[in-house]
Amino acid sequence: MTDLTALTIAEARDALAKKDFTALDLTEAYLSAMEKARSLGAYVLETPEQARAMAAASDARRAKGEVGALEGIPLGVKDLYCTEGVRTTACSRILDEFTPPYESTVTANLWADGAVLLGKLNCDEFAMGSSNETSRFGPVTNPWRRRAADGSIDPTPLVPGGSSGGSAAAVAAHLCAAATGTDTGGSIRQPAAFTGTVGIKPTYGRCSRWGIVAFASSLDQAGPFARTVRDAAILLKSFASVDPKDTTSVDLPVPDYEASVGRSIKGKVIGIPKEYRVDGMPAEIEALWQEGIAWLKAAGAEIREISLPHTKYALPAYYIVAPAEASSNLARYDGIRYGLRVPGDDITDTYELTRAAGFGAEVRRRVMIGTYVLSAGYYDAYYVRAQKVRTLIKRDFDLAFAAGVDAVLTPATPSSAFGIGEKSGGDPVEMYLNDIFTVTVNMAGLPGMVVPGGLDAKGLPLGLQLIGRPFEEETLFQVGEVIEQAAGRFVPAKWW
Amino acid sequence: MSVDRSTVLRVAHLARIRVADAEVDKLQGELNSILGFVDELSGLDVADVEPLTSIVPIAMKKRADVVTDGDIPKKVTQNAPLAEDDYFVVPKVVE
Repeated sequence: MTDLTALTIAEARDALAKKDFTALDLTEAYLSAMEKARSLGAYVLETPEQARAMAAASDARRAKGEVGALEGIPLGVKDLYCTEGVRTTACSRILDEFTPPYESTVTANLWADGAVLLGKLNCDEFAMGSSNETSRFGPVTNPWRRRAADGSIDPTPLVPGGSSGGSAAAVAAHLCAAATGTDTGGSIRQPAAFTGTVGIKPTYGRCSRWGIVAFASSLDQAGPFARTVRDAAILLKSFASVDPKDTTSVDLPVPDYEASVGRSIKGKVIGIPKEYRVDGMPAEIEALWQEGIAWLKAAGAEIREISLPHTKYALPAYYIVAPAEASSNLARYDGIRYGLRVPGDDITDTYELTRAAGFGAEVRRRVMIGTYVLSAGYYDAYYVRAQKVRTLIKRDFDLAFAAGVDAVLTPATPSSAFGIGEKSGGDPVEMYLNDIFTVTVNMAGLPGMVVPGGLDAKGLPLGLQLIGRPFEEETLFQVGEVIEQAAGRFVPAKWW
Repeated sequence: MSVDRSTVLRVAHLARIRVADAEVDKLQGELNSILGFVDELSGLDVADVEPLTSIVPIAMKKRADVVTDGDIPKKVTQNAPLAEDDYFVVPKVVE
């Protein structure tokens, strides 16, 4: 039998329908691949028994003629999603062995459509990071490795990006058919770029946030990692729903995203924002961007230079808004109702000792920054100013879309994957700069997708980002497919 | 703007995170690096700009004020570090 883990969701779906193999066969193939890939650190919890039971149940449903959109498809779930009866930690010590008695809306949607849970995936602690190095379980190793100038493989372990690093690595290494991620400032798109996978952050409000550990509530959004644009489209249809349990879940019908894959982009207007050219950006990234422009032009799109003048303010504004919301959201971790407790002399002492022991260095920094910018006397100077800047960032996009732009094409990241430990040393701001191209999308609540565009001279994947109008994810799949067809797909050589 | 040692300690206390004396200098440097980075915003004129309060221009949904869940005290307390008879056990708060 061929390697079942090499199949895309679309391919597995067809083969399952033809009874070439069962959902249980497919799940076993992934469980075996996961076991051999533990050195990558992608999974923080494997759930083989549950996976087999869910796969067997899927086969039983299929035998009765009940076939969901993701029937029998094995998925990995970022450890930020609450999964009923399965430990959920946000990769933080403070959640200890927390085991939710409820299921997040997005994962409930996936199981209702027939998907199978393989296990929980590593991520940065509370999704705060761009390299997956802040997890309590340790870093994730990118399945991609650098090639030296003489063509030999450099064994230096590289980061998969973050915060959804486990999700990206697992999808790239074929340790699940696809995975869930969350994106607050680029946490789906940046790791997708670093691992040669497809990642989409839907419009704010498209997917329910209920049951997903909150980081920054006005920016967080759930989305899938997949191997192809088509697979991402199949997944988003199941991810998205109107949820009465999330008041920001928008009451709009969920389109059949897969139908837009392969549709012509003739006449679509693609905006190229000049502000996304930054100092020190490798020439290869600029070259890939130009190549992407040429591909879309060749497919009949109209290319238009645009200006998004407030782009450079997005990242500084983000580092006020996101920590402020985090400091508020993370106030709930007090050692009383769940998670870790370090007993102190009195209640305040207990809180302080628990939070000092439970939060890692990056989370502590952000909670403190957030507390500071919200504190008396600083609120207007920092928080209100940042929210005003957010209005300007959103307006830049609104004006471009009003002038007829259908989607915006940019590079995904200012570099390819870097080494573990290379940027996690001194200055936290150095790490923050990774999200310079992705963070604007969260600040404006827009949908953004990263599609692999090619490999750099070191043999590492680089991604292109498409930014769309609110709730027009279909355009992203349509345009993304053109890029995928032109660029091809990228799979790392197996070494683990 | 930048923070001094006493501000670091004050913010740590507001955030209810104990910070050891030996960590204060390092934290002060890191926080000032971040504050220096976000200071770029002070160069922008935002006098006539409304702060963004809702990213999606849709009115927030409201639901009927009715009980939709409950009678699950075991589920509510099952993850508590310390629980007794379906109550969370906490250090003495009132003398």
